[in-house]
Amino acid sequence: MNTLAQAPAIPRDYSLTGPSSRQAIEIGLASAEWYHTEIPRKVMKDLMQRRDGPALRDTILWVLGHVLMAWGGIYFWGTWACVPFWIAYGVLYGSACDSRWHECGHGTAFKTGWMNDIVYQIASFQVMRNPVAWRWSHARHHTDTYIVGRDPEIAFMRPPAVVKLILAFVGIEGAYSSLKVLVRQATGTLSPDELDYIPESERGKAIFAARVHIAIYAATIAAALAWQSFIPLMLIGLPRLYGCWHMVMTGLLQHGGLADNVIDHRLNSRTVYMNPISRFIYWNMNYHIEHHMFPMVPYHALPRLHELVKADYPPPSPSIWAAYVEMIRAVRCQLDDPEYYVRRDLPPTAKPYRDEFHNVFLSR
Amino acid sequence: MTDWIRACATDDIDPEDLIRFDHGDRTFAIYHAPDGRFYATAGRCTHENVHLCDGLVMGHLIECPKHNGQFDYRTGEAKRAPVCVNLQCFPVKVEGDDVFIGL
Repeated sequence: MNTLAQAPAIPRDYSLTGPSSRQAIEIGLASAEWYHTEIPRKVMKDLMQRRDGPALRDTILWVLGHVLMAWGGIYFWGTWACVPFWIAYGVLYGSACDSRWHECGHGTAFKTGWMNDIVYQIASFQVMRNPVAWRWSHARHHTDTYIVGRDPEIAFMRPPAVVKLILAFVGIEGAYSSLKVLVRQATGTLSPDELDYIPESERGKAIFAARVHIAIYAATIAAALAWQSFIPLMLIGLPRLYGCWHMVMTGLLQHGGLADNVIDHRLNSRTVYMNPISRFIYWNMNYHIEHHMFPMVPYHALPRLHELVKADYPPPSPSIWAAYVEMIRAVRCQLDDPEYYVRRDLPPTAKPYRDEFHNVFLSR
Repeated sequence: MTDWIRACATDDIDPEDLIRFDHGDRTFAIYHAPDGRFYATAGRCTHENVHLCDGLVMGHLIECPKHNGQFDYRTGEAKRAPVCVNLQCFPVKVEGDDVFIGL
């Protein structure tokens, strides 16, 4: 690990083909062996078991929620009474889609493969992500979590772009850039970063998926024009803007303000205790250290996993509010000093207490 | 000519589970299928540098613990993204209570 401490100082370059990427490979941060808490094999096998029941229940509620809230929004259209319905519809569409995309992408939400695939495709569309490209992007995120130059899903770059982070809550920048990417992919062009993480055999599928998404958006706009109504857009597409705030609120907490270029998820990820509604929308991804350390454990087993490993982890943030206080303080420090990050103290019970993961300061 | 190496005892692996077996500088995964048969594959996932021994066996599939890619461990066939490259398989024989892998 000494080689990490001796790494030469270079500015952060978040592209996957630049100097940070080359340095990450050279010093062994790419595809590294990460720390994981020891759990007896029989217990782990039990935690990893797949079930259809919890995800079927949650998906039925999710779909019913879409239908009821859309009905209320349309029924009361033109009056203030429609507002709460559209707010709720927006969150179910534009925020809950992210966790459904995520869990079904891992293939852990349902036991039955095709159920994972169907929900994955729907949620990918809702969140405006190419279902093929993002599967590979997310695989890389798990291989090289917050390794600069390797992880394509670093939401919290340094120094932080505060205006962009605030705008993310209304989805304008995110939806616009996602649409731009989908349009580019639909024309058959993949970026250098995408070519870096999507295998050749999958690239045609990625382009086809982008074309399907763009065709649905085009049909929605055509319907709105034909019916001279805003409602088709309120149902499809726009919820990604007006309903994404919960996805952004929870998503920024996953790694925001914490260390990058470490190979211990306890140091670069955050577990936050949340209320039951947020946990339903977020499908328990508030147990984010647990998810990264053991990504094959389904969302419904994460609370059980948390109880087993918490003595080996830093104390979780007690609430969304507390986590934001910690993160915003870090952001303010990073505006002056991009090298600043929240240093996690592992509990004395951490087993083993791994100095090589915990105390190495990555000089740049 | 196949060199048969003893990998483990039959009761070292629960049914529908696997263990890691290292030999020289090579590492393997030995499986105990639900039907009682034993199989062997290369130990590391073909997608990234992750050992399969921490993964989950579901019927005749092994799921990589890191990215949830799946292989049929009887044939090595890659069954679910992000794995695209098949896994190398090795012959296995059982003699008495011992499992041997053919290298």
